[in-house]
Amino acid sequence: MLNYFKLVALGIVMLIAAIAANFARDLAYQVHAILILLASFGTFVWVLRNTDEKPVHVDKNGYMDGVVRAGVIATAFWGIVGFTVGVIIAFQLAFPSLNVEWAQPFANFGRLRPLHTSAVIFAFGGNALIMTSFYVVQRTSGARLWGGNLGWFVFWGYNLFIVMAATGYVLGATQAKEYAEPEWVADIWLTIVWVAYLVAFMGTIFTRKERHIYVANWFYLAFIVTIAMLHIVNNLSIPVSIWGSKSVQVFSGVQDAMTQWWYGHNAVGFFLTAGFLGMMYYFVPKQAGRPVFSYKLSIIHFWALIFLYIWAGPHHLHYTALPDWAGTLGMVFSIILWMPSWGGMINGLMTLQGAWDKLRTDPIIRMMVTSLAFYGMSTFEGPMMSIRAVNSLSHYTDWTIGHVHSGALGWNGMITFGALYFLTPRLWGRAQMHSMAAINWHFWLATVGIVLYASSMWVSGIMEGLMWREVDAQGFLVNSFADTVVAKYPMLVVRGLGGVLYLTGAGIMVWNMWMTIRAGKVVTAPVGVPTQ
Amino acid sequence: MSEHEKDIDTETGVETTGHEWDGIKELNNPLPRWWLWSFYLCIVWGIWYVIAYPAWPMIKGATEGYLGYSTRANVAADITAFNDKNADLRAALAEVDLAELEANEDLNRFAIAGGAAVFRTNCSQCHGSGAAGAKGYPNLLDDDWLWGGTLEEIAYTINHGIRNETDLDARWSQMPAYGEILESDEIDNVVQHVISLSSTEFDAAKAEQGAVIFDEQCSACHGVEGKGERDLGAPNLADAIWLYGGDIETLTDSVKYARFGVMPAWGPRLSVSDVNAVAAYVHQLGGGE
Repeated sequence: MLNYFKLVALGIVMLIAAIAANFARDLAYQVHAILILLASFGTFVWVLRNTDEKPVHVDKNGYMDGVVRAGVIATAFWGIVGFTVGVIIAFQLAFPSLNVEWAQPFANFGRLRPLHTSAVIFAFGGNALIMTSFYVVQRTSGARLWGGNLGWFVFWGYNLFIVMAATGYVLGATQAKEYAEPEWVADIWLTIVWVAYLVAFMGTIFTRKERHIYVANWFYLAFIVTIAMLHIVNNLSIPVSIWGSKSVQVFSGVQDAMTQWWYGHNAVGFFLTAGFLGMMYYFVPKQAGRPVFSYKLSIIHFWALIFLYIWAGPHHLHYTALPDWAGTLGMVFSIILWMPSWGGMINGLMTLQGAWDKLRTDPIIRMMVTSLAFYGMSTFEGPMMSIRAVNSLSHYTDWTIGHVHSGALGWNGMITFGALYFLTPRLWGRAQMHSMAAINWHFWLATVGIVLYASSMWVSGIMEGLMWREVDAQGFLVNSFADTVVAKYPMLVVRGLGGVLYLTGAGIMVWNMWMTIRAGKVVTAPVGVPTQ
Repeated sequence: MSEHEKDIDTETGVETTGHEWDGIKELNNPLPRWWLWSFYLCIVWGIWYVIAYPAWPMIKGATEGYLGYSTRANVAADITAFNDKNADLRAALAEVDLAELEANEDLNRFAIAGGAAVFRTNCSQCHGSGAAGAKGYPNLLDDDWLWGGTLEEIAYTINHGIRNETDLDARWSQMPAYGEILESDEIDNVVQHVISLSSTEFDAAKAEQGAVIFDEQCSACHGVEGKGERDLGAPNLADAIWLYGGDIETLTDSVKYARFGVMPAWGPRLSVSDVNAVAAYVHQLGGGE
């Protein structure tokens, strides 16, 4: 019976999408309407074929791993897409003529840059978070993922959002807010998907067999809840027309800037830090085969991190129209945040106590340890850069880009690769990855790539900052902006090469995963029995 | 597991919390002391900082902090300090008769240094940071001037700009689009003639016919010999220096559609001393008259 309601609802969605495609005022909106039309049509056919058929037997005593497998593949796929676009725009900055004439305006740096950031953060990172959270919450709760096919809705819905965001950027639809570029149609869709994600995750926690909730799940939950709040508040806007993608923000001026960076900084704090710490808290102890170092530390640093991060946003707006008092608070909270951030690093690294020898033999644990080292480095660099005096030098320069990438490539990338190497053999019934030597290659290529990237951006950023502020004895500016661009050229080339190495490593990983999966067999893992 | 039975990790000898999730246990280690004390230290520092600096929003305004710190006041103080330091020289530069500037060595040196900074901020976007220009934007390093290269003439161009809509005294001239006047083979011939003025590689037959047309149509502004006319901003066509390009295709476009390069009037945006300074800077780049 439920299927008939679904068919009617999908029919209505298809009708509205067809009307929207017809009345569309801009190309991006039209493409999005057609995408929604196709997605709902596909779902309609799928539901129709299953209606009044005998329900497929689902083993309720097995973990729901199909959606995790899909997530593993999606993570690897979007990783390659995101890194490739990153390499392209890195070389566009070094060689502006790569903004080739025939590909304008679609492949312009200005359109590809948000495509890169969204592809790596939301497509690669987001799929990694959703996929691992589904795996981890089932394992550590001793329960099957709650909500039947809700997990599949989250997976397909989230990836539809990614495709809408990506096509929107290339076709010129953006609300010009960093990391929140998608226009209102995509934003509303993401809200629906995110609520479904929260429900599936919470449902699993509520039906858990373990008495206590494992620390990884606190972090995942903090990530899901906070991202929902951030996403909704920062995207409050009024569409100019319901048939067009353009909308107007409800906040204006410095209020809008403050909301944007409250969002932007917490996207880093709750998406790229809290969520990935959840990942770390499961995969590091599993791979090391050791207990977590300190339960007390995990509690204290969790609550301190959650409480402090949310206030740190104003440090993105030093020396702007934002009043000094707000900047002070943002800076103070950022610096107090230093130790709570390091709590996660300590807990991860010290978990290796008694298993340090594995660094020699296990490239996966080496990847995870490197990831924690980069996490520690960038969470020290961040508070330092939030200090007004440091920020007056570093802001708007390549130093910021270097900082972001030592976190993103080092911490988020490496821990995700570690998780993928952990999950792929287990999900496809293999003892281990197809080639351990290839993991080693991946490790070194990625590490050298990050070092090239971060060091070239430090040099370039500090040089840029010094050149911009240089005045002679009479107070006259010494350099023009174009002088700094010329001076950056060698560093921009080195950065691009670092990106190529990182991308090559990821390519090797995808090959390795493909070889592992090809010879593997899908098995349903039984739901674990609680130990107490 | 009973509550009294302790679970000890064999590797480290540390007690676990007694829970286990999917094989993961947790040790009951205390908080690392150095970590805890560093955390406390940051908090104490933070408390001091929010008392010392502007921090807490109140109903009207925010607490100012006992150090009286303000980013705006600091920038204003920096600007005032430099302005005060240079006040005499600036005043002198605003009033100087440009013809006599070069004789006043100190003032001239100050003008060139300051003019360079004004140029980097306002002019380099079009003329290039080295002032070598670009297609459509004149090179300021050579001695070829469209509207005159003396200090006074350069200052006039900067003050009023070229062919803009905002300043009635802007330098102004307009070449007709000859695509509407001449046939295309006539344009080809004129182009060959123009090339012949500064090059040896041209089609002599066409150039000969073009010379007749040039004499009738172009010489009024560009001169019989094609050496240009500064009062009209008509470029010298015989010096092998090209603003848009000297190849056949570009020249054909120039004749057919004409060009209309615009420069904004900087008088309303810059102070008198800044205009004089940047004029002095441009004048000494190499081609000043």
